[in-house]
Amino acid sequence: MGARSGKCICGEAKNEKSILIKKDFSKMANNEWPLWEVFIRSKQGLSHKHVGSLRAPDAEMAVENARDVYTRRSEGISIWVVESNNIHASHPSEADSLFEPAHSKVYRHPTFYDVPDGISHM
Amino acid sequence: MLEANINELERRFQEKIDNDQKIEPNDWMPDNYRQTLIRQISQHAHSEIVGMLPEGNWITRAPNLRRKAVLLAKVQDEAGHGLYLYSATETLGADREETIDDLHSGKAKYSSIFNYPTLSWADMGVIGWLVDGAAIMNQVPLCRCSYGPYARAMVRVCKEESFHQRQGYEIMMTLAKGTPEQKAMAQDALNRFWWPSLMMFGPNDAESTHTAQSMAWKIKRSTNDELRQQMVDITVPQAELIGLTIPDPDLKWNEEKQGYDYGEIDWDEFWSVVKGNGPCNKERVDARRKAKENGEWVREAANAYAAKQKMKKAS
Repeated sequence: MGARSGKCICGEAKNEKSILIKKDFSKMANNEWPLWEVFIRSKQGLSHKHVGSLRAPDAEMAVENARDVYTRRSEGISIWVVESNNIHASHPSEADSLFEPAHSKVYRHPTFYDVPDGISHM
Repeated sequence: MLEANINELERRFQEKIDNDQKIEPNDWMPDNYRQTLIRQISQHAHSEIVGMLPEGNWITRAPNLRRKAVLLAKVQDEAGHGLYLYSATETLGADREETIDDLHSGKAKYSSIFNYPTLSWADMGVIGWLVDGAAIMNQVPLCRCSYGPYARAMVRVCKEESFHQRQGYEIMMTLAKGTPEQKAMAQDALNRFWWPSLMMFGPNDAESTHTAQSMAWKIKRSTNDELRQQMVDITVPQAELIGLTIPDPDLKWNEEKQGYDYGEIDWDEFWSVVKGNGPCNKERVDARRKAKENGEWVREAANAYAAKQKMKKAS
């Protein structure tokens, strides 16, 4: 049902959306709109957070569509849209080498240290 | 890839699932897992989109402005839910345009409930109450589905749909408290939609081909019959409270199982509608196809505008 074989995904895709990008080029002839990732700031003081994606012909319409699709119940006060093929992501197969080094450095956390009972404000 | 490698990948994949870790778009997954999800999520998306049609039928004839605003908001939500779900299929590598064309060619299925006509205003009530009620019952466990983007979409959908069910029940309650004609209208809607609503959970567990694998993959978290039983147990007292009668002579409280026994579902009708012979199958798909064709010029104009703006910026 509209799906290609999953083979191309394992280990080859260098970022989250790269298989889609490949498809997009062939689809441009059919005028399929680019894919946009939507980020919403829910209130002043919080960062924008990824909420999903949508298709739109340009950034302006992507923002307008994001308003209708992702903020119908006052979920946001600010919207970012980023064309999906501009997102570069780490790959799951690299996760070990990327993140493992942090696991062994428990001394970066305050709980690593012994502090005598009765000490406060520390 | 070597077979040994695939076996190892599959073993690690299942281990992740057994540990209740989510699978994200770029993670390795078995082809069948991907295909099963694409089939299920796209059917779900189609159901949201086709589901707008029976209700859209009544927007211009809602009995007052409050009901009209509510119905509009509900139908707009269904469109939004379809969009979240089409996006989720895209994270699996499905092509959006092809997915939609599969609906239009009749290759893809959607929930059979939307192949029944909406004959009176009370149908807006019964659809919210029972159809959205059944959908919520299906979707709540899906919030814990193993595939991250689907689970996240379900969280949003469930949050938004809780009002859908309440507004439907409110319509039914209002009609049931109204004139004898209004009450009869509510009862008639319940009579027509009760059995199709129970069919929404799909075939009996013994006949459901995908259930075992989907449960092992945690794509599905409860079986069809478990959910159907829950639906009956929850709904019967709701009907009693507003003085409506469930159209099932075999319905009886079973003290031992602490649930209701209910009558046999007409599975011939179910399969006939699934296979395309329901009262509105053709009408629904035709309406979707026409919507796509009639919107072509809007999409063309949007493309032309986007291209023009790009040129302006470049110069």
